[in-house]
Amino acid sequence: MVDVTPADAVPPAEVGEVELYHPHSWWTKYVFSQDAKVIAVQYSATATAIGLVALVLSWLMRLQLGFPGTFDFITPEAYYQFITMHGMIMVIYLLTALFLGGFGNYLIPLMVGARDMVFPYVNMLSYWVYLLAVLVLVSSFFAPGGPTGAGWTLYPPQAIMTGTPGGQDWGIILMLSSLILFIIGFTMGGLNYVVTVLQGRTRGMTLMRLPLTVWGIFTATVMALLAFPALFVACVMMLLDRALGTSFFMPAIVEMGQQLQHNGGSPILFQHLFWFFGHPEVYIVALPAFGIVSDLISTHARKNIFGYRMMVWAIIAIGALSFVVWAHHMYVSGMHPYFGFFFATTTLIIAVPTAIKVYNWVLTLWRGDIHLTIPMLFALAFIVTFVNGGLTGLFLGNVVVDVPLSDTMFVVAHFHMVMGVAPILVIFGAIYHWYPKVTGRMLDETLGKFHFWVTFLGAYLIFFPMHYLGLMGIPRRYAELTDMTIMTESAHHLNSFISIMAFIVGFAQMVFLFNLIWSIRHGREAGGNPWRATTLEWQTPQTPPAHGNFGKELPIVYRWAYDYSVPGAKEDFIPQNVPGDFAPSKEPS
Amino acid sequence: MSVILVFLLVIAGFAGWWLSHQRLTAKPWLEQGLAGDFVGFDRSALPTAKIGLGVFLAVVGCLFSLFTSAYFMRMGLPDWQPLPLPRLLWLNTGVLVLSSVALQCAVIAARKGQIDNVRLGLATAGLTTLAFLVGQLMAWRQLTADGYLLASNPANSFFYLITGMHGLHILGGLVGLGRTSIGAWNGARPQRLRLSVELCAMYWHFLLFVWLCIFALLAGWAATFIDICRQLLT
Repeated sequence: MVDVTPADAVPPAEVGEVELYHPHSWWTKYVFSQDAKVIAVQYSATATAIGLVALVLSWLMRLQLGFPGTFDFITPEAYYQFITMHGMIMVIYLLTALFLGGFGNYLIPLMVGARDMVFPYVNMLSYWVYLLAVLVLVSSFFAPGGPTGAGWTLYPPQAIMTGTPGGQDWGIILMLSSLILFIIGFTMGGLNYVVTVLQGRTRGMTLMRLPLTVWGIFTATVMALLAFPALFVACVMMLLDRALGTSFFMPAIVEMGQQLQHNGGSPILFQHLFWFFGHPEVYIVALPAFGIVSDLISTHARKNIFGYRMMVWAIIAIGALSFVVWAHHMYVSGMHPYFGFFFATTTLIIAVPTAIKVYNWVLTLWRGDIHLTIPMLFALAFIVTFVNGGLTGLFLGNVVVDVPLSDTMFVVAHFHMVMGVAPILVIFGAIYHWYPKVTGRMLDETLGKFHFWVTFLGAYLIFFPMHYLGLMGIPRRYAELTDMTIMTESAHHLNSFISIMAFIVGFAQMVFLFNLIWSIRHGREAGGNPWRATTLEWQTPQTPPAHGNFGKELPIVYRWAYDYSVPGAKEDFIPQNVPGDFAPSKEPS
Repeated sequence: MSVILVFLLVIAGFAGWWLSHQRLTAKPWLEQGLAGDFVGFDRSALPTAKIGLGVFLAVVGCLFSLFTSAYFMRMGLPDWQPLPLPRLLWLNTGVLVLSSVALQCAVIAARKGQIDNVRLGLATAGLTTLAFLVGQLMAWRQLTADGYLLASNPANSFFYLITGMHGLHILGGLVGLGRTSIGAWNGARPQRLRLSVELCAMYWHFLLFVWLCIFALLAGWAATFIDICRQLLT
């Protein structure tokens, strides 16, 4: 027991007040807003809108896979375009933008007790550049030749050749330009998220008192700032290869009987650059999800998070390790076997901090007062799904297992489970959790339960069978597999089943969207703190929080974010800004 | 990819050093109510804008390290033919050093509150930087006139790509320098002006450092240096 002296009244004199930008017109208040909360909503709405496009694309793909030959308009070229755009949109324009641009913008200033981001103008620019990137991406659907069909990894040389849709048309150029814009926009936003966590924290909010959500978003942003330049470099160089005929990535190659002017380039170089971004990207999406889910579990189980320090250390360890595993995406690229050995080892090592997190979530639930609210349901579903997807990751992390499974549906099942379904479940949980703060009203519970069960069970019915298809040797990225001997009749039936489930799950998302819009006006009034949570965003004087977040005086933080069910306290939660020591004999967890 | 890994190792070392000062071993669940004791851990005393620029420069450094990594990987392939560097680049280097020095003088003047010297420093820095950019363009023209075209060899492609990317960053810096100069002539508050000048100087010094690295890389010294290191290690 440490010597605790309650410091009840500390004057807020040392809290540096920032100069807030005050909007003067409707335009600067809601459109060209510099308020992080408005920017967050803008980011989220844009990401959701483009995400819906990707959802429709996945339906089109499933139409072709489930019922091959039935739909004439899905040519093989169109199928490749659907795959490519679906993957790219989901990974970058939806998940990254929603977690960091959406949740990061909304939650960082509120959770650390700041009035706004530290560079609000740059923050606003970040959104508009992101929007521009999305518009450039969308414009490729209407460009001659359509969007690129190179696969979301955009591997050269095929990405910029005639045989690939968009390769010699506008598709690939627009794709690369859009990515470059996205990275520029993200860097602007990312600077804000990092520096706000460093410099915007209110008095008493030490790093070790930050909610894990902030830790997750913070670390992910640092990683993204260091990883996205690799994609930037790859995009710029490929753009030069395509537009100006350089040979960074393009080897000497004969196309349609014609020797191309490229000479001597290295496609493997692109793969290195791409995956140097691509693997951290997995954790850029996963770490915010880890952080958010920790807070959801703790709040809805009314129990402090188990092993807070371990959770923080694990986040940092994952962030660092994720930069030395990239080549496990390249086992079949003909690399030196010792490299494969090295990267397999690092890949398995990264499972250790990840497993620590899973254990700690489960131990937080252990003997907790579990409220099966909708955010909690999604959080529980996330743990199960993440464990599932993570375990197949251990399969694929080993070279000998990966080589036969490479480019099969097993890989598709793995990464959809671990970085598709799992983070999306957290996003849903987080929206159900924070929607009352954003709008002041609760989302409808019945629709929410429907949405949860259909999404959770449906996602399993979609992606579990894919593991079996993969083990049978069914390859990914093929538009048409009807004539192959490995496509048995049962595999066909399974494919049709997956497609039907995909439509049902997609429909459930429409119900969710309806709920989002309907509840803005008709939802139950939430009040300031409907989940009885401890973190600062629930302690704002107004709900939704007004410009400047905290009224006249910034809150002072007296405790960590997880004081739930403290023995001796009046209520089962103590907000972070409440002074006093309630637990003289509290055991460390 | 060794260059970028070394760069990230430096960043990681810095991050680790910083984190080690943040009481990561604290037990927050035992520390109710002690708000007053942690003021030192709340935030850095450095101006927020400087920290923001520092983070941005880490990203820029990352970008150029990646270009360097790609350069070394592509260099190992058989079709690589190094191009002769125009001697003009020496002059450009000198001009860029001059602009960095001018900005440093401006910083010193700003700290002393000598507004005239600040203006002089800013103007010199702006002009020399413009001269650097013009010089780079002339170097490009010399090379193209001699037949070293962008697409004819990967060494040429990398030359234009890396110098171009560096030039773009300088150009972006000029926007900041322009805004600082407007402030210097229109009577911005001394404290604010001082911060802006310091930020400009920081950015310029960093880009000068990047340029020196690039110059060494493009001239082939970096490769020789790495070869020597390798021989020492094996």
